[in-house]
Amino acid sequence: MSKQEYTITVYTENQIGLLARIAIMFSRRKINIESLNTSSSEVESVHRFTIVIHETEEVVRKLCRQIEKQVEVLKAYYNTDDEIVWQEVALYKVPTDEIAEKVKVERLLRENGARAVLIRKDYTIFETSGHRDETDKLITVLEPYGLIEFVRSARVAIIKNSEGFHKKLRDFELREPGEEVVENEYLGDQEHVFSM
Amino acid sequence: MLSTLNQPQKAALQTKTEELSGSEIVLRALIAEGVETIFGYPGGAIMPIYDALYDYNDQLKHILVRHEQGAIHAAQGFARISGKCGVVFATSGPGATNLVTGLADAQIDSTPVVCITGQVFAHLLGTDAFQETDVINITTPITKWNYQVTDASEIAEVLAKAFYIAKSGRPGPVVIDITKNAQIQKVPFSGYQPCNHIRSYRPKPIVRKEYIQEAAKLINEAERPFVIFGQGVILGQAENEFLKFIEKGGLPAAWTIMGMSAIPTDHPLGVGMLGMHGNYGPNLLTNECDVLIAVGMRFDDRVTGRLDKYAKQAKVIHLDIDPAEIDKNVKATVPVWGDCKETLPLLTELIEQKTYSTWLQKFEDCKLKEQQKVVVPELNPTSDIMTMGEVIRVLNELTEGNAAIVTDVGQHQMVACRYANMNQSKSNITSGGLGTMGFALPAAIGAKFGAPDRTVVAVIGDGGFQMTLQELGTIMQFKPAVKILILNNCFLGMVRQWQQLFHERRYSFVDITSPDFVQVAKGYYIEGARISKREELKDAVKKMLDHDGSYLLEVMVGKENNVFPMVPQGRGVAEIVLGADEV
Ligand SMILES: Cc1ncc(C[n+]2csc(CCOP(=O)(O)OP(=O)(O)O)c2C)c(N)n1
Repeated sequence: MSKQEYTITVYTENQIGLLARIAIMFSRRKINIESLNTSSSEVESVHRFTIVIHETEEVVRKLCRQIEKQVEVLKAYYNTDDEIVWQEVALYKVPTDEIAEKVKVERLLRENGARAVLIRKDYTIFETSGHRDETDKLITVLEPYGLIEFVRSARVAIIKNSEGFHKKLRDFELREPGEEVVENEYLGDQEHVFSM
Repeated sequence: MLSTLNQPQKAALQTKTEELSGSEIVLRALIAEGVETIFGYPGGAIMPIYDALYDYNDQLKHILVRHEQGAIHAAQGFARISGKCGVVFATSGPGATNLVTGLADAQIDSTPVVCITGQVFAHLLGTDAFQETDVINITTPITKWNYQVTDASEIAEVLAKAFYIAKSGRPGPVVIDITKNAQIQKVPFSGYQPCNHIRSYRPKPIVRKEYIQEAAKLINEAERPFVIFGQGVILGQAENEFLKFIEKGGLPAAWTIMGMSAIPTDHPLGVGMLGMHGNYGPNLLTNECDVLIAVGMRFDDRVTGRLDKYAKQAKVIHLDIDPAEIDKNVKATVPVWGDCKETLPLLTELIEQKTYSTWLQKFEDCKLKEQQKVVVPELNPTSDIMTMGEVIRVLNELTEGNAAIVTDVGQHQMVACRYANMNQSKSNITSGGLGTMGFALPAAIGAKFGAPDRTVVAVIGDGGFQMTLQELGTIMQFKPAVKILILNNCFLGMVRQWQQLFHERRYSFVDITSPDFVQVAKGYYIEGARISKREELKDAVKKMLDHDGSYLLEVMVGKENNVFPMVPQGRGVAEIVLGADEV
């Protein structure tokens, strides 16, 4: 089995210490986390982790089961890139005089979908979002014009086939949950959304 | 439900609102959970709880150990023999870090333990205060759950969760770290609500009938089915369900070290122990069966040997409560997720009544071979030098398989588990997954408190005994009648065996010297004896067992005896060897 990029989406209770509990599941197995984002979800009180790793499907599947075993984890999904929509945000700090002088820069930025979020006399900060290669491209574009600083966010992703967590959570609240919650991956075909 | 509760439990559950300190709420919670025994050691950050305990002495028995590692191993022994949850108190900093080995042990052997650790005042967290350690982060990888309480109003609910999580599903250790201010703080308390649901936590997966049907079909079509079972049968209290299953199906069954005693060791379908030093037949025939039925076991590498040479010919049915175990090491043809107490009866109903005489004969043949080459010389040696095996044989004869045997780690552990007879469940208490030397003495103390009516024999090596012998002090003070049987080979035997077999006899730091153990015991007012002659063996073991109270018997055994059979590391189970000449 070959390695590829997987995005793991973990729905959790919002509890201190959970980040460490989840992070060590990866470090213990010497798996490098390429990107990790935590945020709230569409459901109040439910937290959402988005984690990107480069691994084989088998490793990711086992990992998700171990993650889901943690008491405060509601659900863990893993998806390949074509099953999700994902974005990363990047910020670029460039000397303002360079841009002002060179009209070309202005055009390049527009072509790359960047917009200015702060303009000062000394520097301007641009923001863009997109896939890794897109935000990377803008670095190369801006480098000749004295790129001062660059930063990129973790990946955020939405699973194309997901119906969100509102309905699922109702099931979780029940003492006797439906099959949705305790899905058994062996049952029937694996759907588009892999889940545990 | 209420009728099954004892008086203090009922009292603790009643709902009159009072102002109580966090410490007192801790104790009320323990009583409400039916806790009677706590193993612990006080210190600065847990003093308010100990202060409250002063007034609860009549309802909660506190055993003062001599080291916090002793407390948690005792709690493990207590849990393993009683099926209840062990409870530990320890202070912050060094008190808490001394629990680490036991937590790791309980985690890997799925033992329900709730540890309550004191912590510095909340306002001091993160300041490197005196005796402050980050207990939550230290214990995260080795606990099923942990939580830090900084406000007394959380205590009741958090402890309810702690006990629920520790005991339900696949059990495990839980650490609750309580800051000193929360122990002192007074809050209204209106009774204790046990927890039975946490929305993000599924103790048991739903049982899927279709898999049971598929599993039954595989079993019914099998010609050489083989059952291997682990502690899941004991933890799930499914011993009877398991027996019915193998008896109806006529299925030969072998136990892992953790599953041992779930069925009587002399059961006609019990074919012995799996694993590196398990029995010959079960290991060899794992690679000859056509359907392998794994029940409540996790395919540890000590059981499977080399995975790519493990049961490749067999269809595998795996029954487990923990979904993460399915396919983790061995791919299941049919996964049966669920509590085996529920899944086994469903499966039993669907399987046909059968006997497999030719297949069973194969186990018999293997047994005969092992008897001749290994068992007879070990149990009835002809040389003057005593073997560990004959000590266990004598113990069997005198206890008739009714004792609970707590073992430490090493050769004596393997020998005891290979040869001990056990008639009832929860009789084998050993550190299986972590292999923690120093486990046996404190675990035996805990076991005796967990089952005061049972004979508890701790079988320990001369090395391991020196790791936790301070717990003789606990025996001295609280008088559990633990029988201590030291099998002294004047070596760190198991390591020496490996050095002999795999490192050309380069004995590097395995010749360990020992104090006069009998004198040491005497210093603790514990009676004892040392023997080195076979003629004395039976009387000495009898004296130990008959003695009113704790007793230490040291038996000098052969220095360079080896444990066989053995699946050498990195080999397949079918490459099991019966003696050093085959290694
Ligand atoms: C805490 C700990 N340290 C080291 C080991 C490695 N180890 C495994 S068995 C063994 C030798 C045990 O010697 P002894 O207690 O004398 O028992 P024997 O093997 O001789 O029966 C050692 C050192 C271990 N299992 N646990």
